[in-house]
Amino acid sequence: MDIPYTVAIRPDTGLYNAKVGIWLFLASEVMLFGALFSAYILLRVGAQDDFWPHGWLNIPLGTLNTLVLITSSITTVLAWASCKMNQFGRFKVFHACTLILAATFVGIKSYEYHDKFTHYEITLNDGRIADGHLLESKPDRVVIRGRFVADRKDLFDLRAPTASHKHEEITLPRADIKRMESYGPWHHTYLAIYFTLTGLHALHVIGGAIVIGFLWGPGSRLWRRDPERFTNRVEISGLFWHFVDMVWIFLFPVLYLI
Amino acid sequence: METKTATASRALSMASMEGVETELQSPQATEQALMNAQAPESFARHVRGYLYVFYALIFGTLITVGASYIPFGNREINIAVALFIAISKASLVACYFMHLISERKLIYGILGFTAFFFLGLMFLTIGSFADFPRHTVTH
Amino acid sequence: MPAAPPTAIHPPVHPPDQEEGAFWSKYVFSTDHKVIGLQYGMTALFFLLFGFILMVIMRWQIAHPGQPVPLVGPLLASVLGDTAAKGTISPDLYNSFGAMHGTIMVFLAIVPLAFGAFGNYLVPLQIGAPDMAFPRVNMASYQFYVIGGIIMFVSFFIPGGAAQAGWTSYPPLAESIPTDGQTFWLIGMVFLITSSLLGAVNFIATVIQLRAPGMTWMRLPFFVWAQFVTGFLLLLAFPPLEAAGIMQLMDKVAHTSFFLPTGLAVGGQLADASGGGSPLLWQHLFWFLAHPEVYVLILPAMGIVAEIIANNTRKPLWGYRSLVYSALSIGFLSFIVWAHHMYLTGMGTSISTFFQTTTMLISIPSVIILTCMFISLWGGAIRFTTPMLFVIAFLPMFGIGGLTGLPLGLSTSDIHLHDTYYVIAHFHYIVAPGTIFALFAGIYYWFPKVTGRMMNDFWGKVHFWCSLIFMNLIFQPMFAQGMAGMLRRMADGGANYSQARVPEAVGGLSAGVMGLHTYILWAAVALGIAQVPFILNFFWSIGHGRTVDCDNPWEATTLEWQTPTPPPHGNFTTPPVVRRGPYEYSVPGQERDFTPQNELVPEITASP
Repeated sequence: MDIPYTVAIRPDTGLYNAKVGIWLFLASEVMLFGALFSAYILLRVGAQDDFWPHGWLNIPLGTLNTLVLITSSITTVLAWASCKMNQFGRFKVFHACTLILAATFVGIKSYEYHDKFTHYEITLNDGRIADGHLLESKPDRVVIRGRFVADRKDLFDLRAPTASHKHEEITLPRADIKRMESYGPWHHTYLAIYFTLTGLHALHVIGGAIVIGFLWGPGSRLWRRDPERFTNRVEISGLFWHFVDMVWIFLFPVLYLI
Repeated sequence: METKTATASRALSMASMEGVETELQSPQATEQALMNAQAPESFARHVRGYLYVFYALIFGTLITVGASYIPFGNREINIAVALFIAISKASLVACYFMHLISERKLIYGILGFTAFFFLGLMFLTIGSFADFPRHTVTH
Repeated sequence: MPAAPPTAIHPPVHPPDQEEGAFWSKYVFSTDHKVIGLQYGMTALFFLLFGFILMVIMRWQIAHPGQPVPLVGPLLASVLGDTAAKGTISPDLYNSFGAMHGTIMVFLAIVPLAFGAFGNYLVPLQIGAPDMAFPRVNMASYQFYVIGGIIMFVSFFIPGGAAQAGWTSYPPLAESIPTDGQTFWLIGMVFLITSSLLGAVNFIATVIQLRAPGMTWMRLPFFVWAQFVTGFLLLLAFPPLEAAGIMQLMDKVAHTSFFLPTGLAVGGQLADASGGGSPLLWQHLFWFLAHPEVYVLILPAMGIVAEIIANNTRKPLWGYRSLVYSALSIGFLSFIVWAHHMYLTGMGTSISTFFQTTTMLISIPSVIILTCMFISLWGGAIRFTTPMLFVIAFLPMFGIGGLTGLPLGLSTSDIHLHDTYYVIAHFHYIVAPGTIFALFAGIYYWFPKVTGRMMNDFWGKVHFWCSLIFMNLIFQPMFAQGMAGMLRRMADGGANYSQARVPEAVGGLSAGVMGLHTYILWAAVALGIAQVPFILNFFWSIGHGRTVDCDNPWEATTLEWQTPTPPPHGNFTTPPVVRRGPYEYSVPGQERDFTPQNELVPEITASP
């Protein structure tokens, strides 16, 4: 039993089945990320002006990650073009680059996450607030590289010209500490939406990389048997990958820059 | 073992012999279109196009970062600039890398409805937060 | 009309391919849409029964608060422990039964039955396709459904029990209950949503791409149009709930505050959360799905009703084009009405008016569809078969359900009726003697195509009359209770608000209103007993029902009846060519009173 139009194009729609399928799926993904972006807007608009963070994320790293994904997009489309031009060797090279770039993206993202989980806001019993990265954690004391702030408000807008970036080593006896919380998703709704959006995005990067990896590796046997069908699979997985890139094109300025 | 195209062709010719109304064109036109799409010479042109888009995306990324440092005074302007550049970059990816600019009407239709519903979700939800009773009754 | 000579029954053809194989690949891990459809059907019917049992136990508690449940009380106590101590239903247990009754009925029973079972089995057949466009994705969608169902089922047995905050899971309550039931619910929902998304992609792509030659859009059976629109609703409306589910999961597991406002106090103490979130955000994202979801519940049912009416009136459906455009309009409008579930959340008049307007507008295509079906009966040679009885009853029952929705859609009257038993009566009229009747009709109708045997007609009619009477006895009183002010989700059935307990209160629930609980309980029990003949009939008829003497016992025109019984893997021995519309019944000049869509008949020559 053969299902028609798996490779051949159905004349009245001009499409093969998987192409209709992937665009339908991408439409649902637009709604998924769209809902999360709507949530972001709502949370930000609902927050007090002085208490919405700016500059909590590393812009050079974010820029680098953006360039990594954009490059992986061009390698993806060139991998597909190579298949269309019957150049299987080049397809292999381009998608190998795609996979390396995907791994790089996830690696940089993991480093960024780690940075957040080791960054603490510490409220002392006497009311002072210390903020910085954890250097040592001992039973009786905690050592951070950071600063004291006079007003909690000063922790939020780090991109303002008046923001201080002077960091020093500070030792705090645990007995003095009232509350110590890392910059995880629990710390602020900005971080909650940051981790959720970028986490879901990273899962999509990993998922896409697994599919492309499969096509690069064991799945590439199909090229010998049915090159047109294989090329279509490369195209479909490429469409997914471009979508993932597009989501990041919005995520980067929304979370890092504005 | 009959190929898929042959089976479809046979059904189609049976149908057209009986004068049955179908929406499908002849299989010959389809084959021609397929072959054209695969000609290597036309592809080199496409590849150059992809590279131009790539350079444009890199450029867009750099200026969006740069623009975020420019103090426009009003934060809303920074947001508008960043979103404008983001939409432009996304459009380039969609139109050229994802071939949307030469895609079929059906795909445009699906995406059109999706865009409408997404905008509905976003604006109606935010709108409902913005619209709440303000004048309280005090007697 | 002379009876057509019966076409011979074709023995099922097994072409030498994957389906000729071991038990596991043929019946468990099958990619054949018919097997998957039956898998969905059996699983969904199990959950339908389970959800029903939860409801009957709840009705006992409502009518006899605090008293041990007869018969099953000891079983509940031994299985669930303290929360059902001595066989009584504690308030927590009542709440979890309520939340899970809704969740199970909507997501594990009705949608998988209407869309997953009927849709999967019939859509490829009715469009003349050999299978769905993506058979392996189809199998995956069923597997995700089963996993989601298992997670939901298992949640009853974890410490603390199942989710307790309604099928709507409103925060902060849903997140503040310190047990894991809600987390299980959220994870289960992620699996169920994924299953529906995969199914939706499959259905839409299949209808677009795999229609047989000659099957133009306007020759599609209305059932296929209904499933097509349903697919779009699932595709585009579910993802925001998935996003919201992920955010609520983050709130529960990672202690974020997506939906927790600043200054929230739980149990008298300030919550240890960052705050800054919004409970209304959840409501918007939830209802953005849940409103289109109710059209997901009704559209396939309307599709089934249309098919059975045309077949049993022996005439074409009246207003086919109107039906199609109405279904498309319902699909479109359903995305922009959702906040009529939120009139009482403090929204301003402008936005409320917007939603009220779109809500009133969407009632128009719904009425058009119902009207077309009513008019289709006019002048028909009606055959009162069991499926037809269910379908004829569907019409006024859905009418009552739909019309009682109007005071809910108008924001002013909704102030009085929101969150009362009136709402429960309204939506149950649509889903119970509405959708479920259509699904029963579909089971009786397509049973001979799947099994080659008819279900027993006498017991089918017993099932019908009893179900009709008892469903009305259950839900009709609830309108009165709701208008009297009885609120939803009260574990004691409203006893704390009754005139008996607080005689000095204004607007307390009268003895009459409270007394209705007893009648509703007995009607519910009777309804349950009325399903026994159906269940026995169903299973008995598979092996011992009257065998049909041809592939098309109902003499129907649509393509699923033009296949062998049951259809083989690949469905059609030769690809069908469609030559006419779907409801060519009683065409003047033809030999028989029906002409199948793919049949070759000589042209009718003009009379001299």
